[in-house]
Amino acid sequence: MKQRLALFVPLGVFLLLSVLFFRGLFLDPNAMPSELVGREAPSFDLPDLLAPEQRVTEAVLKGEVTLLNVWATWCPPCRVEHPYLVDLAESGIPIVGVNYKDDTDAARDWLRDLGDPYIRTVIDASGRLGIDLGLTGAPETYLVDANGIIHYRHIGIVDDEVWEQTLKPLYESLQ
Amino acid sequence: MPIRLFALICLLFGAASATWAAIDTFEFETEVQRQRYLSFVDEMRCPNCQSQNLAGSDSPIANDLRREVYTMIMDGQSDREIVDHMVARYGDYILYRPRLSPVTVVLWFGPPALLIIGIVILILMVYKRRGRRASAADVGSWNEDADLAPQDQERLAALLERRRNNDSGGDK
Repeated sequence: MKQRLALFVPLGVFLLLSVLFFRGLFLDPNAMPSELVGREAPSFDLPDLLAPEQRVTEAVLKGEVTLLNVWATWCPPCRVEHPYLVDLAESGIPIVGVNYKDDTDAARDWLRDLGDPYIRTVIDASGRLGIDLGLTGAPETYLVDANGIIHYRHIGIVDDEVWEQTLKPLYESLQ
Repeated sequence: MPIRLFALICLLFGAASATWAAIDTFEFETEVQRQRYLSFVDEMRCPNCQSQNLAGSDSPIANDLRREVYTMIMDGQSDREIVDHMVARYGDYILYRPRLSPVTVVLWFGPPALLIIGIVILILMVYKRRGRRASAADVGSWNEDADLAPQDQERLAALLERRRNNDSGGDK
């Protein structure tokens, strides 16, 4: 009897592996959780895009719940995302922009022509702030609470779906 | 002619593979620094392009991270400090060779454990089979064959007994 049962071991192993691999089918291999979630946003001291003689620090993120949006003119998805950010800004959401490794003149033209959704935009010419944020590419958007703690990082375009289903509920819960 | 064609193809492929690797113009003071740099960019993963290492990626972030590794090496930071610096920003994700932690224990020790279990099972099976063959060869020790259930064992003994009686009966 015991030996008969042993014959079922391979079947058991097979079923176990099947469950494992089936689960794997629905996992996102590109998912990359941010290390910074739950930690304070990195400190920075960078020039303002529209007034380069002024310095902007991480203090700009404190005081209210803010979105931190990393963008560049060389990034096509940023262009797709931009009108939605303008809409969000009009509905009263404070957004801080990080102009990431960009041509600053082109960036100013971009904001003039397409609208400026940002309360402040900093110039991250070297990509230093990008590295400190654990940036994977542009566009990327961080949800920062009133104390400057990062609560969520979204890789890619923020559109209506992302905002309504993910960011907005978090944003409201932090108020 | 075919030889020339072959040479041309080799040359083209050679040229292509040389341009695939990202070329940086970093200068190092010592060979050790250069080797450390090369091993870091080889073993760290590009956060943007999932299955490439830092050395093989052309994305802007990989470029920045290569420069970051370079600056940290030239600043005299230790390997540990460099790895911690990167992991603090990008998580274990950035390491192609994951660090030993409660989460990665299975990853590190699973395969050797499975191999050892397999070898043990194989050895057990071989020994068992050999033992059975030995007892089968020795007719005198039938009853010691542990593979038979007790009632089968009894039936076997009864059959053998009857056969023996018949044989001896036929002789008379």
